[in-house]
Amino acid sequence: MSTPQHDAPEVAPGRSIDPIPGEWQRVSPKFLVVELIGTAISGVVTVVGSGVAWFLSGLPGLIAVPIAMLVVHLLVAAFTPRRVRALGYQLRDDDLVFRRGIMFLRVVAVPYGRMQLVDINRGPLVRAFGLSELKLVTAAAASHITIPGLPEAEAEALRDRLVELAESRRAGL
Amino acid sequence: MTAPESAGTPEPDAPVESPLPSGGTTHLADGEWHRLHPATPLLRGGLALVAIAGILIANLRERLVELLLPGFDWCRGDDCPDVPGGDPISYLIDEGYLLIGLAAALGVVLVIVAFFYVSWRMHTFRITDEVVEVRSGVLFRTHRKARLDRIQGVSINRPLFARIFGAAKLEVEVAGQDANVQLAYLGNALSDGLRADILRLASGARAAEAPAATPGSSGSLLDRRVAELLAPELDPNLAPPESVVRIPASRLIGSSALSVASVFVVLVIVATVIILVLGSAVAEGFYWTLFTLVPMAIGFGSYLVNRVIKFLRYSIAATPDGVRIGYGLLSIRNETLPPGRIHSVAVSQSLLWRPMDWWTIRVNRASRGSSTDGGQQAQQSTVVLPVGTRDDVFRVLGLLLPELVGDDGETGRDLFERGLVGRDRDDDFTTSPRRAAVLRWFSWRRNGFALLPGAVLQRRGAIWRELAIVPLPRVQSVAIEQGPLERALRLAGINVHTVAGPVATRLGALDASDAEGLFRDAAAASIAAAQADRTHRWREGEVGA
Repeated sequence: MSTPQHDAPEVAPGRSIDPIPGEWQRVSPKFLVVELIGTAISGVVTVVGSGVAWFLSGLPGLIAVPIAMLVVHLLVAAFTPRRVRALGYQLRDDDLVFRRGIMFLRVVAVPYGRMQLVDINRGPLVRAFGLSELKLVTAAAASHITIPGLPEAEAEALRDRLVELAESRRAGL
Repeated sequence: MTAPESAGTPEPDAPVESPLPSGGTTHLADGEWHRLHPATPLLRGGLALVAIAGILIANLRERLVELLLPGFDWCRGDDCPDVPGGDPISYLIDEGYLLIGLAAALGVVLVIVAFFYVSWRMHTFRITDEVVEVRSGVLFRTHRKARLDRIQGVSINRPLFARIFGAAKLEVEVAGQDANVQLAYLGNALSDGLRADILRLASGARAAEAPAATPGSSGSLLDRRVAELLAPELDPNLAPPESVVRIPASRLIGSSALSVASVFVVLVIVATVIILVLGSAVAEGFYWTLFTLVPMAIGFGSYLVNRVIKFLRYSIAATPDGVRIGYGLLSIRNETLPPGRIHSVAVSQSLLWRPMDWWTIRVNRASRGSSTDGGQQAQQSTVVLPVGTRDDVFRVLGLLLPELVGDDGETGRDLFERGLVGRDRDDDFTTSPRRAAVLRWFSWRRNGFALLPGAVLQRRGAIWRELAIVPLPRVQSVAIEQGPLERALRLAGINVHTVAGPVATRLGALDASDAEGLFRDAAAASIAAAQADRTHRWREGEVGA
């Protein structure tokens, strides 16, 4: 236990880490639509806002701001499918593992016994698509997990299951 | 102010005097409701009362002078404000309302006293085998209850004002921001006894042996008070002397002088002098820059003095129910941390301290000090050893993590020595690969981790050395992270999450497959350790410890 597993397969250059190989539960495909709509709204607001500012100020240089905003939002939208596909979670025997991100990849393992709180949040846009967001809180602020884009029924089933597991494996702080 | 007469004596009219079911040193932890020290309202409102008295005296000083020196006329001439309405007391005398005025003043005083009395009557606490509860408030009632097996520590505060009256504030620390249960104020001897009782009940040890009676205090009240004020901060009977770590004043002053803050101050002074010299060569009138140094000098001076005064009587010692940390010269404070309440430990050393081999130890704890204590105090309680030699470090680590470091620890001192100053990969430590030098210019040979049976060790920093120790039963979750730069270099970072605090528990720039291995092993080991952990009732099963 005290030595790391040197016999583990070497991580190839440029390939992402994958510490827990296996089947990841994916979030609902509808979440991709939600994310794209959100990006579109934010894009329209910022591009139009900075465009108006450019128009009213009469400074030709300011045209760079709406263009930059547009490019940033298009890039975000282009990466959204991959980003949503990268979201995933696994329910293992004793802990829940959650992964997110492609550029900045993060995998967190939270033991069931450490969960202090399980929250379900629904924003207006997300609710319109029948989705929910599940939030897990432990005593450590850094280990917060938010699983977005779960269908409502699945989120509630998952919450009940997590609460039950947390209850049966209750550990102190 | 009749407080001192009743200080230190047991509660005068505790509701029911039941026999001690669990044999405590005080009769307070018997599961019945008790009241606090009778002077509590005075002590809580202490400074405010003094201030009000001061304002009253300042405003009435002419009247008092006249009363004491009848012949002395305070003010002569036409500008005397001796007209009705100018001075309320003259007005009252002139209009013949003196009696009414006196009655009103008496009434106000009576109401205040009555309010104090009622608030004291309504402020009760109870300690049972399971919980500690406090009820307070007259109009807005508060009822706070904390489970004993969730205690993170017990601290006793003795602010200077309360110390004069022989009172102390006992605080039962539980996890969370501002969630502590305060018993303010109690008599000095009672608070010490009650702390022992609470910790004994919390430890789960049943039916302790009959405790030694508290030494009978002899002599007059004044003698006792003086003896208490002059007593050493740490009762020598409480802990074996060889376990006590202290800090010599010279080291405290030296370490403060060799801090980053003082280097910064010196740099600013040098810069200012240079500006002054260059500036006066170019033009006159640059001397005002000197004045910018004044507030900084005052601030730095008060920081130094505060730090030295705070830790001048610092001591850390092992007691049967945990580590006891005490400090303070005028206002004194001590905290007792039961086993398993330390969530992570960092031993660090700045470059300036390296010639002396001085180290400092900070910890992450689940309880955050209450906001009434002020941020500084809350922050200070995370510093376990302000400055110590390497031997001190190992003694303190042995106190904080007895199952890891120390005589009966599973791992030798050698391993922790390598954690403090070592570098390069060996049997225990896995370090960053050479290609990590891009991200860790100087420290890539040192940057590394070790997974022990009971803890994760993270060492980092070639210039600012640090060793972070996270006991596995306290790990909340484990994360592995990889940014684009790290991916290109086949590196990854590991974060072992514990409760928030000054100890950083992230280690970056590790070989990606090493990091993956640590992630898997640490996640599994922390689950096993948490299930085996029994520190919430740390002496359960022992009888009469």
